[in-house]
Amino acid sequence: MEKTIVKMENIVMEFPGVRALDNVSFEADRGEVHVLLGENGAGKSTLTKILAGVYKETSGKMFLENEVYEINNIREAREKGVTMIFQELNLVPHLSVAENIFLGRAPKGRFGIDWKKMNEDAARLLKSLHVDIEPTAVVKHLGVARQQMVEIAKALSFESSVIVMDEPTAALTESEIDELFKVIRKLKSENVCIIYISHRMDELLEIGDRVTVLRDGQYVSTVKVKETNVNELITLMVGRSLEQQYPKEIHEKGGVAIEVKNLSQNKNNLKNISFKAHRGEVVGFAGLMGAGRTELMRAVFGADRFENGKVFINDKEVSITKPGDAINNGIGFLTEDRKGQGLVLLLGVDQNVTLSNLDAISVKSILNLDKEKKLVRKHINDLSIKTPHIYQKAKYLSGGNQQKVVLAKWLTTQSDIIIFDEPTRGIDVGAKVEIYKIMNEMTKRGAAIIMVSSELPEILGMSDRIYVMREGEIKGELKYEEADQEKIMSLATGGR
Amino acid sequence: MITAESNKLKDFVMHNARDFATLLALIILGLIITIMEPIFFTSANLINVINQSAINAIIAIGMTFVILSAGIDLSVGSIVAFAGVVLGSVIKLGGPEGIMPLGVATVLGLGAALLVGTLCGTVNGSFVVFGEMHPFISTLGMMSIARGFALLWTGGRPIFGYHQSFRWFGNGSIGPLPTQVVLCVLLYIIAWWVLKYTKFGRYTYAIGGNEEATRLSGINVGFHKIMIFSINGLMAAVAAIILTARLDSASPISGLGYELDAIAAVTIGGTSQRGGEGKIFGSLVGSLIIGVLRNGLNLLNVSSYTQQIVIGFVIIFAVMLDMKTKKK
Repeated sequence: MEKTIVKMENIVMEFPGVRALDNVSFEADRGEVHVLLGENGAGKSTLTKILAGVYKETSGKMFLENEVYEINNIREAREKGVTMIFQELNLVPHLSVAENIFLGRAPKGRFGIDWKKMNEDAARLLKSLHVDIEPTAVVKHLGVARQQMVEIAKALSFESSVIVMDEPTAALTESEIDELFKVIRKLKSENVCIIYISHRMDELLEIGDRVTVLRDGQYVSTVKVKETNVNELITLMVGRSLEQQYPKEIHEKGGVAIEVKNLSQNKNNLKNISFKAHRGEVVGFAGLMGAGRTELMRAVFGADRFENGKVFINDKEVSITKPGDAINNGIGFLTEDRKGQGLVLLLGVDQNVTLSNLDAISVKSILNLDKEKKLVRKHINDLSIKTPHIYQKAKYLSGGNQQKVVLAKWLTTQSDIIIFDEPTRGIDVGAKVEIYKIMNEMTKRGAAIIMVSSELPEILGMSDRIYVMREGEIKGELKYEEADQEKIMSLATGGR
Repeated sequence: MITAESNKLKDFVMHNARDFATLLALIILGLIITIMEPIFFTSANLINVINQSAINAIIAIGMTFVILSAGIDLSVGSIVAFAGVVLGSVIKLGGPEGIMPLGVATVLGLGAALLVGTLCGTVNGSFVVFGEMHPFISTLGMMSIARGFALLWTGGRPIFGYHQSFRWFGNGSIGPLPTQVVLCVLLYIIAWWVLKYTKFGRYTYAIGGNEEATRLSGINVGFHKIMIFSINGLMAAVAAIILTARLDSASPISGLGYELDAIAAVTIGGTSQRGGEGKIFGSLVGSLIIGVLRNGLNLLNVSSYTQQIVIGFVIIFAVMLDMKTKKK
């Protein structure tokens, strides 16, 4: 039997406007844990989703056990022995473990489902993984770790020879990770090929055999875990040098505009977070997805409650329990999900711009539409928002112009502490530079900007100071001069 | 920068295309019925149609607010009954045999009816906001609760026989126009003004368009939703006053199915069931379409059973047309 089981050649994947994968080739062996490594947006998930039949590649060839591997959906992939365990598990919460494992293909008896056989089969599978789960337990009562085991058992029930795991440890505790690794080693000894997506250096060094690094949708390199180290992997992962697409201007720093002390929130596992931002400063928040940056900003903005912590604006303690409180204190928040949380897409540009401060254009709750028109026109000109007329529905604007509309909304409230969460996601290059220039303009006038971004070049290119978060905590603070990609990544991934 | 020169007339037509279409549908419908049965186009009959449509049109005002904010309210029919019997029973406290002068009782009755209707709406809204319930469920509950109270209040019997000055609401007139028609038009103008020129109106659209974005813009979404449901209850109470005055009777089983007529009027009028989009006068035209259709079918001797089927198809057709045009 040949060693190589999966072979993907010159895979190209295009989504509208984006080339997510550019000629990527990839191989994995039987009995191997092959780690896929890369930054957010590097193409790891896309590549594995093509393998598992979630996406159909734009072009390229795939082979499984030396035979041409062509599939159209998840079911076909599974029948050929390829299963993917998604980050957000795909179990039916109200059904039992056995029902989930044999969903849609329960063994039939004389009166419908043969429950006895189904439960016995499930028990056998779970036992083979050495995990102690009752087949009749209802899935929603199990913890995430055990649900994952059920997913693995389900994959085995298809006699999968290739199992893809997308960040399987993201929600697990230390001891649960140990359990998972035991199961992975067991699968490995049975010649199953595991393709393992993870950000965590310590983890992949422990469990992986080989690592393939992707960057910006391109293949970078494949290395053996035994012959590499954390530093080399980080360099491979972030690679590129900083291009001059960041027109950063440094302005004089004023006083502390906002300071957060010891903020904790149980729901999102935020622990004891303290940070501050000066006037005239752009403070970057780096970290991996799920590090708690967005959750932190939502808490500071009053969108979610937090248990402990104090917020100071201009050195005065303030109480923020709802977005209105934050807005009254001069905070504006450009959410990462522009369409879902930033804009009312059905409303016109004019109504979106004035939504958060109708008081500015009204007397005793009665609107002055002429005043509104003038105010909106002014913002459209100041930010050069491109729109056919001020009543254009927000949904018809481009991403960059939509972002400017949200920004204009916070300018009407006279916000001078602006939180940008992923300010340029989904925005084309030209518009990105425009957004950066607006940031410069704002800091010049003494605003404080907090910028959450998963794009390292953006963080490095635009920040005066950088906080790095991991697992709900601030793990480090770097000045503009001392920051580089390697330092940030090693703080963000905990690889030291 | 503004990238296109605006052409005011063209903008106006484009902006209101959907409303013109609804209006056109109403006119065509009128023409067809007139051709088939000329009696339709006599002033007596037309006033009759408008009169019959007024109550539904008034309920549709509140329903427009609710649906614009992406809600729904199934309880308005029951609120009409509840507010009606409260009204009737309080008025009956007045007069020579009563405990107070008739005038006082009438004013108190009107106030009590409006209060009861509004409160039912407030309760609806509170369940939606604080109970985090889907409005379909909370108002379904209220549909039964308000009806139950109305039946309990009266022991299931109607309260009838009112003095003429109260009945003016249902069969009187202001100048050449029936009172209820004037009232209805007045309420529509106020509602239009509220939606276009007040913060409250703006928030109604914004909440329906994107509740989370509205909340993150610092707006107290919960308070506004409760207000919206309260307005709907208030409008149902106004309808109850007119209905009671017109029929000279407040019955605990009145208002059956009114919620469906109101929802249909709003929907035919072009307000999106997903909220955030729609115009108040569309609902007025929508109620007239339903009224004209009913009246026309009556004139043509179509049985009331068949009418239900026809109106059902009209609603489905209107929504289908709406979705088709919005996709473009």
